[in-house]
Amino acid sequence: MGNVIGIGASPKRKEDQRFLTGRGNYVSDIKRPGMTAGVFVRSPHGHAVLRGIDRSAALAAPGVIAVLTGADAAADKLGSLPCGWGISDAKGVPMKEPPFPMLAQGKVRFVGDMVAFVIAETPEQANAAAELLKIDYEVLPSVVGVLEAFRPGAPQLFDDVPNNICCDWELGDKAAVESAFRKAAHVAKLSLVNNRLIGNPMEPRAAIAEYEPGTDRFTLWTTSQFPHVVRFLMGALVLNIPQHKLRVVAPDVGGGFGVKQFHYGEEAVITWAAKRVMRPIKWVASRSEGYVSDRHGRDHVTEAELALDETGKFLAFRVNTLANMGGYLSTFGPNIPTNLYGPLLGGVYTTPAIYCNVKVVFTNTVPVDAYRGAGRPEATFVLERIVDVAASEMGIDRVEIRRRNMIPKEAYPYQTPVLVQYDSGDPMGCLDGALVAADVKNFGVRKSASASKGKFRGLGYSTYVEACGLAPSRFAGRLGARGGLYESATVRVHPTGQVTVMIGTHNHGQGHETTFAQIVSEKLGVAFENVDIVFGDTDRVQFGMGTYGSRSLVVGGAALSKATDKVVAKGKKIAAHLLEAAEVDIQFKSGKFSVAGTDRAKTFEEIAGAAYVPHDYPLEVLEPGLEEQAYYDPVNFTYPGGCHIAEVEVDPETGTVTLVNYTAVDDVGTVINPMIVEGQLHGGIVQGVGQALFENAVYDESSGQLLSGSLMDYCMPRADHMPMMKVATHSTLCTHTPMGVKGCGEVGTIGSPAAVINAVVDALSHLGVTHVDMPATPNRIWRLLQNASLPVAAE
Amino acid sequence: MKPFAYHQPDQIPDAAKLLTSIEDSKLVAGGMTLIPTLKQRLANPPALIDLSKLGHLKGITDDGDSITVGAMTPHAQVAASKLVQTKIPGLAALASMIGDPAVRSRGTIGGSVANNDPAADYPAGVLGLGATIVTSTREIAADRFFLGLFETALQPGEIITAIRFPLPLKAGYAKFKAPASRYALVGVFVAKFADGVRVAVTGAGPGVFRVPPMEMALSENFDPSAIAAIKIDNDGLTSDIHAEADYRAHLVTVMAKRAVDAALS
Repeated sequence: MGNVIGIGASPKRKEDQRFLTGRGNYVSDIKRPGMTAGVFVRSPHGHAVLRGIDRSAALAAPGVIAVLTGADAAADKLGSLPCGWGISDAKGVPMKEPPFPMLAQGKVRFVGDMVAFVIAETPEQANAAAELLKIDYEVLPSVVGVLEAFRPGAPQLFDDVPNNICCDWELGDKAAVESAFRKAAHVAKLSLVNNRLIGNPMEPRAAIAEYEPGTDRFTLWTTSQFPHVVRFLMGALVLNIPQHKLRVVAPDVGGGFGVKQFHYGEEAVITWAAKRVMRPIKWVASRSEGYVSDRHGRDHVTEAELALDETGKFLAFRVNTLANMGGYLSTFGPNIPTNLYGPLLGGVYTTPAIYCNVKVVFTNTVPVDAYRGAGRPEATFVLERIVDVAASEMGIDRVEIRRRNMIPKEAYPYQTPVLVQYDSGDPMGCLDGALVAADVKNFGVRKSASASKGKFRGLGYSTYVEACGLAPSRFAGRLGARGGLYESATVRVHPTGQVTVMIGTHNHGQGHETTFAQIVSEKLGVAFENVDIVFGDTDRVQFGMGTYGSRSLVVGGAALSKATDKVVAKGKKIAAHLLEAAEVDIQFKSGKFSVAGTDRAKTFEEIAGAAYVPHDYPLEVLEPGLEEQAYYDPVNFTYPGGCHIAEVEVDPETGTVTLVNYTAVDDVGTVINPMIVEGQLHGGIVQGVGQALFENAVYDESSGQLLSGSLMDYCMPRADHMPMMKVATHSTLCTHTPMGVKGCGEVGTIGSPAAVINAVVDALSHLGVTHVDMPATPNRIWRLLQNASLPVAAE
Repeated sequence: MKPFAYHQPDQIPDAAKLLTSIEDSKLVAGGMTLIPTLKQRLANPPALIDLSKLGHLKGITDDGDSITVGAMTPHAQVAASKLVQTKIPGLAALASMIGDPAVRSRGTIGGSVANNDPAADYPAGVLGLGATIVTSTREIAADRFFLGLFETALQPGEIITAIRFPLPLKAGYAKFKAPASRYALVGVFVAKFADGVRVAVTGAGPGVFRVPPMEMALSENFDPSAIAAIKIDNDGLTSDIHAEADYRAHLVTVMAKRAVDAALS
């Protein structure tokens, strides 16, 4: 028999057995009898009137079964793709919410907008037929940037959305902020761009749909982070399929990062089409297709101002942001640059007054939605950058100005002026730990060594906090969420004592099968190997909101913890009967139910056996079986945070920035599996470094073509871009989650961009450089140096 | 990928005959450019003529005063060749910088030179060393071979069989990798011969080109300082989302200096 492997241990990941031996089961691995192939035909134009589609040649092509268009969807009275959040402006006027048809109707609004779906016997035949469609476009001017989109005279995406503004959103006390600015000794100002990103999960999106006429049931296999939400959104709001007639399966999924946490039109089209052709259909996106259809992230233009008193204390913070929504509202789209952005502008500081205005704007680009961090990296970047600008302008050390404004550990719980209340934290402890780990005191020596090679070395800090564990439903509902954000878990104890957990989160690389098994192993005293975690199938798992927003452990793990508590509670009742003792005298420890103060005990397996063979069992008062379910809705967000320190070296001759050291000390609350947490931090940091130094989605301004539409032109971070990272935790326990956990999936991505850019600016500060936009590419740095106020020479 | 016929001749004349007789047919060597193009349905050749069975096109031979690299020799083999490493270390270094291990194992020198991608590495080495392109019908000097964006002096039906490199006194290659593709944003090959220095630049413009002012300066004094002040004209250089022409022009000087450094080290 195996051992208990509990909280705090780092066993190898259970799921890696199949992942590393090529035995995963991804959507594109699945084959169904009689399966056909589907191909989406996408708009090559950023903005055009769709005047007509002649499908006769395509329909006549070999192997073609059907060609479906927006007109067919309209004739079948199918719904529009729903947005999960409804935000409002300062006067309470709801956002503009134009319909998002699953296949374009009347107009196309971005390159990649879906125009038709071709179904054939083979993918080759479907591709060949797709090229035979004659689509009559009247090309219109495109607008791709937020600054351009809301200027008078800009191309208008929708007739009833003036100036392309979806919502003019605000948060905070504008008057208090204005008053504080009038009293300020110094005002720091910063204009910045938060670059547009493309997620690029390793596995492209894919789907298979099948209709069974015998039972009138649909099955959709899809690369999703939240199959139950897809079932609800697609079944109830788009296709009018009753929930009990629709099964959504998200099997092994090769990375998500947010890209797969939306309900996509492809899912609805393929499910609808499967019944029309009465055959299973498979669609697998190419990488190129992913670039123009996977939801993009970030894309802000921001003006920020920080008011300070003469000692460098922050008095007020004012932020005006233009946020790009792309051509339509995606599932979480309008929530990201508003509710997940404004409330984080307090950071780890005691800034008493904050005001944030966000104009959410439509453009002829791929819809923008959540991408790892989602709103919080953008907020952290604005705040941590302007803190450095203020420090520099006021001649205060960058660490010192942070210390002067940091929320002290004793001040928690801490109510910010922007809605959120931090339950716990110790930013000063994280900062102190990071300063030591990064060997900041010897930075001067390293800087001189770089200078002797003609290189500029810089150090950058980011002391940050984020809000995750999405989310308290009541709070989210007030902010405009149209659904709940709880999680559920079922713990099924088998008659022989092994355990199967059905949980509503989705594991697509995070190690849930290991982490959750450790929780069960610890709490029930069963062997780690005797616990299996089931997820990703609406027919097997009761319900769930899925995995995003660093919520799986925080919300799902809490549900699991509660469900195991219920199992123990029932086990105690059974044990009390078998041991002829009072229930209150039964203790449960290390897999044994015992009578306090005696050696009389029953093992967990014996209790499970008794529950399923209830010959000697209190059937009058207790049901047989040992299976418990819990739903958990958090009372607050969790607030992980920490201090990241980046060290870079700049080659002034080429402009190349090399990340030479990276240190992160994070407060993620209780750590269940340190190895997995370290891996999450590594991955998150690399994604943040990607944004800071490499990644940029670039559109052609007039045509709306995506110029960075492949891995040849969109630079993903690679292993050789990274130094060995120093990652550590300095945890305070969350006061409201059952195990004190805070979540760790996004912290790396949230903390790192500001640390890296602050380091780059520090390296170049002697040349008068005060800001560098992301990504800090060699071309951009070289150009900055050409315009720098001092000659290019090593100190 | 669209359907195509597939031929695998084992004699060069057979390959040449297929190439001339099937209109729009394509040769496939390592396929590192052609196969992705086919997969994206951007090319639709009726037939592919696979050169992999022409075994005698693969390998590196020591000719005494030159080295001949068979057209089907993969980059990894050139990079690992003791002969190349000893006689023309700059060329071995260049081969080791192409793409990634998978590309270096499949991609061939003949394929790279025939394709003449404006950002490929080999054209800089071939032009910089003043190599000779040996084909199924003739020999072509590098200076007359590369004609601009994906254009070469190859005639219809003509197949590269080998590249013959003269031995330089010193040679070096410096490459500034495009961040995403890791093709040469700018790559400069510098070779010093008894009768002068050759400098060839790839990545910066629509095709590989030489830089006579740098060649003259380095012929006088083969040292990075000799060319530090030589700027090349932005005109005609490539501007794209990764780098504008003036940055590429700047990098030509920087990479040329580094190539000289590499040649001297």
